Amino acid sequence: MSSPIRVLIAKVGLDGHDRGVKVVARILRDAGMDVIYTGLHRSSEDVVNAAIQEDVDVIGVSMLSGAHMTHFPRILNLLKEKDATDIIVIGGGVIPDADAATLKKMGVADFFLQDTPPDTIVNSVRTLVEARGKR
Amino acid sequence: MIPSLDLISGVLAGRQRDVARLITRAETSDDECRPAINALYHHTGKAHIIGITGVPGSGKSTLVKALATAARQMGRRIGIVAIDPSSPFSGGAIMGDRIRMNDLSGDPGVFIRSMATRGSLGGLCRAALDAVDVLDAAGYDLIIIETVGVGQDEVEVVRASHTTLVVSAPGLGDDIQAIKAGILEIADIHVVSKCDKPDAQRTIGDLKTMLMLDMPRDANWMPPVVGTSAESGKGIGELLKTIQTHHNYLYTSGRIQDRLRMIAESRILKTAEELVRLRFVRHQAGSFIAQVAQRQLSPYQAAQQLLDE
Repeated sequence: MSSPIRVLIAKVGLDGHDRGVKVVARILRDAGMDVIYTGLHRSSEDVVNAAIQEDVDVIGVSMLSGAHMTHFPRILNLLKEKDATDIIVIGGGVIPDADAATLKKMGVADFFLQDTPPDTIVNSVRTLVEARGKR
Repeated sequence: MIPSLDLISGVLAGRQRDVARLITRAETSDDECRPAINALYHHTGKAHIIGITGVPGSGKSTLVKALATAARQMGRRIGIVAIDPSSPFSGGAIMGDRIRMNDLSGDPGVFIRSMATRGSLGGLCRAALDAVDVLDAAGYDLIIIETVGVGQDEVEVVRASHTTLVVSAPGLGDDIQAIKAGILEIADIHVVSKCDKPDAQRTIGDLKTMLMLDMPRDANWMPPVVGTSAESGKGIGELLKTIQTHHNYLYTSGRIQDRLRMIAESRILKTAEELVRLRFVRHQAGSFIAQVAQRQLSPYQAAQQLLDE
């Protein structure tokens, strides 16, 4: 039987804006996914530990604080350290295009910045998980 | 894909990735994982399983965090299975129990798993006890099952745990609520959360009055009422002691055998129901559905034929 895609949605660091990320959580829920929301002010370590225990397919991190060049690389490195690179990392929030391009090269699978339509997010998550295959 | 049988050694060694993966497979009714889960069952039975239930917003997740933190200081390894509801329409879920438990994240002696109900009624989800087994086999010796926020009649958790805690929050309903049948009857221990609030004493009083009138499930165990405040930490140590007292009571009185048999019986029945459900979903549904919809077969006849096949 097909299993619902599991997504961990996280806010990292000193960023208290979670309206957008809650909307994304709701969009993914309405697409039939299991969404685990960590709440505000998590560390990169918290996020990776939670993602492993929850066995999620995808980590979605929203950053509006400007600290994305610190936290995304840290999350990617921790996943490597813990032998968990099958977990897909996506990002959202306010992130300059040049930084997004750099982070994509480092391993972030996709970014959903402001004005991304809900369908685009859902389809991208499904496509990424399908492309990774069963694990 | 790693075969599930190859995850066993990792689970027994407490490797979190393998524990997590096997729980996912159990949750998705994956036949492939069954031999592995069956094999692990022989490594279970060591953990003390605590069920925590109560209405939405009564403070279950916050209490779980406070209890787990206190139990960690005593060197226990804690497994937590936190259940939240699935949408009846999309099937999706938003699980937020971790939000209250974030202080526990990063402690390798704590494993938290969120699970969605996926259509199960009764406060648990179908695979909750598979998850408990995997955690038990992985060496977590205190396992807490946090049910979805329940109403008055979702009492399945009592057939899953050794010690059942019912959390009541002050200010919700009067003493009439306390004399109704249902969820309040299943408690081995009553917890009144948020007991720093002014009306908490009244809730404690109402519960105690109810208990005096009650015919307890077990004549030798009168369910205690413990007031807690996760914010100030008040009552958490006492609650942990009371849980241990109940555990000791079950073993010294021999009542643990009744509990274990009750859990086993319930699990066999639930699993059999699930196997029938899966058979229906996977193979036979189409023709039976049409025949029942067109009044050629009654629902009972269709179900009977499905079972006979």
